[in-house]
Amino acid sequence: MAVGKKDISAPPYAEGTSLSDEDIKKKKVTYVEDHPNIRYSWTAGQAVSKFLNELKKGKIAATKCNKCRRIMVPPRVFCELCYKPIDEWVYVEDTGTVQTFSISYIDPDAKPLEEPVIVAVISIDGASKNMGIMHVLGEVKPEDVYIGMKVKAVWKPEDEREGSVTDIKYWKPLEG
Amino acid sequence: MRVAVLGVGYSGFNTNTPDLNWKELMLEAAVRAYEDAGINPRKDVDSVVTCAEDFWEGFAIFDEFVPDQLGGVLKPTCTVCSDFLYGVATAYMQIKSGLADIVVVEAHSKASDILTFGEVIKFAMDPVWLRDIGNAHPYYFAALEMSQYVSECCINEEQIAEVVVKNKNNALLNSSAPYGAKVTVEDVLNSPMVFDPMRKIEIAPVSDGAVVFVLGNEFVAREITDTPVWVKGVGWWSETSNYDTMSFNAMYAYKAAKMAYKLAKITNPAKEVDFAEVDDRFAFKELQHIEALQLSRKYETGSLMQEGYFARDGELPVNVSGGNLGVGNLLEATGGQKALEVVLQLRGLAGKRQIEAETGVAQAWRYIPTASGTVAVFGV
Repeated sequence: MAVGKKDISAPPYAEGTSLSDEDIKKKKVTYVEDHPNIRYSWTAGQAVSKFLNELKKGKIAATKCNKCRRIMVPPRVFCELCYKPIDEWVYVEDTGTVQTFSISYIDPDAKPLEEPVIVAVISIDGASKNMGIMHVLGEVKPEDVYIGMKVKAVWKPEDEREGSVTDIKYWKPLEG
Repeated sequence: MRVAVLGVGYSGFNTNTPDLNWKELMLEAAVRAYEDAGINPRKDVDSVVTCAEDFWEGFAIFDEFVPDQLGGVLKPTCTVCSDFLYGVATAYMQIKSGLADIVVVEAHSKASDILTFGEVIKFAMDPVWLRDIGNAHPYYFAALEMSQYVSECCINEEQIAEVVVKNKNNALLNSSAPYGAKVTVEDVLNSPMVFDPMRKIEIAPVSDGAVVFVLGNEFVAREITDTPVWVKGVGWWSETSNYDTMSFNAMYAYKAAKMAYKLAKITNPAKEVDFAEVDDRFAFKELQHIEALQLSRKYETGSLMQEGYFARDGELPVNVSGGNLGVGNLLEATGGQKALEVVLQLRGLAGKRQIEAETGVAQAWRYIPTASGTVAVFGV
């Protein structure tokens, strides 16, 4: 049922006749369908290649700008504020703080999810303020999540890692 | 208020760029352009214009990905979904109107990231009307146009071959042109007929690269240099999106050139333009575009090509850089590479391929399946 429909009190004549899935399947509406086969393979580049390869080792790599003194995650080869090359690579922790989150109940096709997905931006320990990663939280009930919650990465087993942001399965609350 | 080119930078051009992603490619070109202009983008730039098409990139709302690598964080930034020269036109208007003193224009190609190039081009076809017709690679769209053009204008295959020979040999003098080759007319005629009447070698293969221009008003230009290159005129024009009703004679380039020449106060292009860089992503397109830019008369272009009139040492050199046949199809950076060559030539920085010139024209088409394009006139 459409969200909010119950609150609408339109007279019957104003409701009209809506299209049903059946009408579309029977081609009562004239349309053309296409399923294009368009595929890409994006070069990761200097900074992100190193970042992804370090994830394989279970480490989070960051870059540092000595002018503004920011430690940047995800790493980049240049500081976008100072517009100069970065100065060095450093490692940051695989722990952090929930900066913002959303408990998401609906999938991209607008269908309900069986279990909600808790998406969060995590400010990573060791990186500059508001620098971190957008990822998902696990091992936590939706009602227990809060901004400022300390979390830790849960990694895939080493032999299953492939140099992807999903090498971290999720972030779980750091107890204590 | 005149508009000047304060600096240019580029990265590439290469058949592949496995070491850099598209952001780093843009960064490399931008850093060089800012160095060339002697400006600090964080302080001096008023506006950033990039030219990109989401389907070439492989992700949507590309304009959101632009500011960082161009030094444009927290600055007015916009993306024109088209060729680099449309970006030059946009910057030109921003400067002319007094909205900005210094504007950055960027375009790039990371064509090597696209795994299904033909399918992406097909995605530009009208889905109801054109997309499902036949299963050939959409390069045939260019061949359809070529077939009609060569028949209407009495162009023979040797004349088309001369375009390939000229551009691929010109490219040998350009270290940034990956498809340069010592080919002869015979070699071209031996190339397989892949989209009859079009041969494989007449089609520009894709390449990677980025181009960044820093444009500015007259006052800024005078502070930086005594001899600026000016953007003397810009023009753009579209015909129709219907492949079955297009004129197939590059009206878009003719009209865009008219607009640009008017601004540049050029009344006799064949006499007043010293050289041109035109879109030759299919060899016949060069002949068609030369005519459309009024650099030669209809029915003469083919024979002038054979006589060497458009050669590097000819009366009116065309595609001294090697054109797309030599440099490659740079997607939305195509016009950027052309404008870059014009500016390098006008500044005397073209190295081994340097020619003597004071006025040059850059022209780009929006590629198949379009009848749209743009023209920019540069001069000293």
